[in-house]
Amino acid sequence: MRAFLNAVPRVSRRGFLRVSTAAAGGLLASLWFDSPLSAQEGPPPVPPKAYPPDAFVHVKPDGQIVITVNRVELGQGIQTALPMVLADEMDADWSQVAAEIAPAGEVYKDPVLGIQIVGGSSSIPNSFQQYRELGAKMRAMLVAAAADRWNVGADQCRAENSVVYGPGGRSARYAELATYAAGRPVPEKVRLKDPSQFRIIGKRVRRLDSKAKCDGSQKFGLDVDLPAMKIALVARPPVFGGRVRAFDDAQARGIAGVIDVFEIPLVRGTGVAVVADRFWPAKQARDRLKIDWDLSGIERADSSELRGRYEQLARTTGLVATSRGDRAAMDRIPAERRVVAEFDFPYLAHTPMEPLNVTVRFDGDGAEAWTTSQMPTFEQGAIAEILGLKPDQVTFRVGFGGGAFGRRGSLDEHVTREAAVIAKRMRGSPIKLIWTREDDVRGGYYRPLFAHRVEIGIGKDGMPAAWKHVVVGQSFLIGSKFEPMAVKDDVDPLLVEGTANTRYSIPNFHVWEHHPKVNVPVLWWRSVGNSHNSFVMETLIDELAERARIDPISYRLKLLGSDANKQRAALTLLREKSGWRSNLPLGHAAGISCTEYYGTAVACAAEVSIKNGRPKIHRVTMAIDCGLAINPLTIENQCQGGIGFGLTQLMAKGAITLRDGRVEQRNFDGYTPPYIVDAPVAADVHIVPSAEAPTGAGEAPVPAIAPAVVNAVSRLTGKRYRSLPLRAL
Amino acid sequence: MTTWQLTVNGQRKEVAVDPGTPLLWVLREELKLTGTKYGCGIGACGACTVHLDGVATRSCLVPVGLIGDRPVVTIEGIGQDPCGRAVQDAWVDRDVVQCGYCQSGQIMSAVALLKAVPKPTDEIIEESMGGNLCRCATYVRIRETIKSASEHLT
Repeated sequence: MRAFLNAVPRVSRRGFLRVSTAAAGGLLASLWFDSPLSAQEGPPPVPPKAYPPDAFVHVKPDGQIVITVNRVELGQGIQTALPMVLADEMDADWSQVAAEIAPAGEVYKDPVLGIQIVGGSSSIPNSFQQYRELGAKMRAMLVAAAADRWNVGADQCRAENSVVYGPGGRSARYAELATYAAGRPVPEKVRLKDPSQFRIIGKRVRRLDSKAKCDGSQKFGLDVDLPAMKIALVARPPVFGGRVRAFDDAQARGIAGVIDVFEIPLVRGTGVAVVADRFWPAKQARDRLKIDWDLSGIERADSSELRGRYEQLARTTGLVATSRGDRAAMDRIPAERRVVAEFDFPYLAHTPMEPLNVTVRFDGDGAEAWTTSQMPTFEQGAIAEILGLKPDQVTFRVGFGGGAFGRRGSLDEHVTREAAVIAKRMRGSPIKLIWTREDDVRGGYYRPLFAHRVEIGIGKDGMPAAWKHVVVGQSFLIGSKFEPMAVKDDVDPLLVEGTANTRYSIPNFHVWEHHPKVNVPVLWWRSVGNSHNSFVMETLIDELAERARIDPISYRLKLLGSDANKQRAALTLLREKSGWRSNLPLGHAAGISCTEYYGTAVACAAEVSIKNGRPKIHRVTMAIDCGLAINPLTIENQCQGGIGFGLTQLMAKGAITLRDGRVEQRNFDGYTPPYIVDAPVAADVHIVPSAEAPTGAGEAPVPAIAPAVVNAVSRLTGKRYRSLPLRAL
Repeated sequence: MTTWQLTVNGQRKEVAVDPGTPLLWVLREELKLTGTKYGCGIGACGACTVHLDGVATRSCLVPVGLIGDRPVVTIEGIGQDPCGRAVQDAWVDRDVVQCGYCQSGQIMSAVALLKAVPKPTDEIIEESMGGNLCRCATYVRIRETIKSASEHLT
């Protein structure tokens, strides 16, 4: 995903901090931006609204420090990590820190990308510096306020745990100083701490949101409850893009609690919305709709047909994604030293635990939305467009989401648009649109189906000398609003990430892609292109290592290029921590993988046996290099969770399939992600010590696990596996 | 519409809904106890797990008309029980949650397990927790935390 994000034009804006006294007392720090036009002349524009739309820090009179986080919390722990960064530079008392999620707003846009977003594991890399500076400025102002009060120099004072200490044993709490500090100028430049002075960054800090998530009090998007709120469900066409020809709602309207039934436009085709006062009547009514669908002229995608077609396409070269060395090098390698491998991967659904939902209320001259969006900027705009408003007339709230994995960051805002269309009709009433689990599983926006064909020529030293690789699958960037920025020469970088940008040093290396258009909506799925590219790369490298009779860690270290410092560090740490590999019980084997996702390297060892025809994962050891580790506890959790999420690919029922245009799975009975029995019994995580700039940890662990497990299975069975999901062993 | 008398977290409640309405939606929409989560509606994910007469039960599958006088305990009430409280504390202490959406159901299943089997083996944990889906895959910590809660309870 970051490949695309990197292509988004940088927004050069000079953000400056403003402080004021909060309505309820204490110090309120807000970030405002010069607009490009007004930057040169006159006073800065007055922001339209006060707290909270532009607040970042609120030092309350009772000592509590509320830090606003410009990223939705979806489980990744950003509501703890960024407050840690700010609080550390601020010398705040961590036990008094609380966090809240920012609504959509200009000041909450990613300082590097210029849009408000959670994606591509970019939160930490892009906001680390921003939150450090905010914290340091707050600290400087509070210290200056104390120094003024005591009539001493600021350099004679120091801050610790929300208290400023001065000469002669004087001290003052931040809460006491807040109002005075609010009247002071904000320093333009501040000195950041030397990493050796960090007191919170680098510590294993427990999540701030744990307790509320363990006692049932945490509200998620689906828990939004407003006066006069109605529940909406939508009947969508059985084939993507189908349209309602006619419908009979007589039975549906007979259900007590049903308020209205009407046809609505969808991003693809049309559907029938049911609005009721509760979920259950809405569902009963939708089940009783009789809809005559017009499916004429619509392409009916079929998974087995697609696999066959892609397999043929993969045998032809396509658009050049990477070209290094001599294309004819392969021809000079004898047939016995060549490997040809063809892979296929199915569509995958994200299925976050919290079903998709959006609540919208339209009042005629304004609107309010309650969401768990990964991309508030675009979703706010989509609601405004449908309701005929300007984006700032839509108060766009962002709340805790029950997982997302890319699914709440759609490129066409289809869920939010449906909610806005229904809210427009039901003017004055808040409408909560719920996608049932069936809607989610059958609703598209999948990780695309892919085919790969790889031809490898092996040198006499057992290392790959020539590598030709064709990737076939749908692009979701092409045809989207991001195409002009992210797609060059018709090549979608997300299709080939994990392959085209590999750090393995292969002298003659060529990657092509085909991206056929198919009538199935597709979307990024945690780790994006790496989910399939890393599987291909890491299972083939393992095969080459085995063929060369070299230990799989040693083989990788030998093959990695000089720019692969982080992968090298992760592999070296993995070797040290996976001594168990040389002492395995009978019937167990270890598999290795090493991957990189946008600057974060992961090396993985999985101990596997075979039980009832399926892999049983006894232990996973993972080493990760993500630069400076802000919260090692969160990184450990993200690695353990990424392992479990990545195993979705290997599940017996881990595939979405289409037949005659219709999705064959409906719910978790047909599309079955990993349960506790499928996860490793133990997973130990080791972090490479580093002082380098921090990189993300949410996605990097995902692509590593499936190849590690399958490499272990291959050692047990002597077979290679090139088609997912994994069938009976 | 029929009126039903329910005992939820030790309190008497009265709701007027169709007898086929699943307990899940009665809890969430009538009683505003939103800690019990909707995840699949077919009993396949465990996010809606409550205790019905002490038994871990998928509330999405139980019509309100079949509850009778059996007491219902939800995540909002389980902290009143010493075992429930110990499990919740252990969950926070070991930083189990990520998105947290499934965790009400995980905790309800874990409490039911520990009440029945104070010292569960890995196999028993896998069996009892086997129907609770977590897409963040917090399973490694769930397993560890059930074991540590078990030690604190005895």
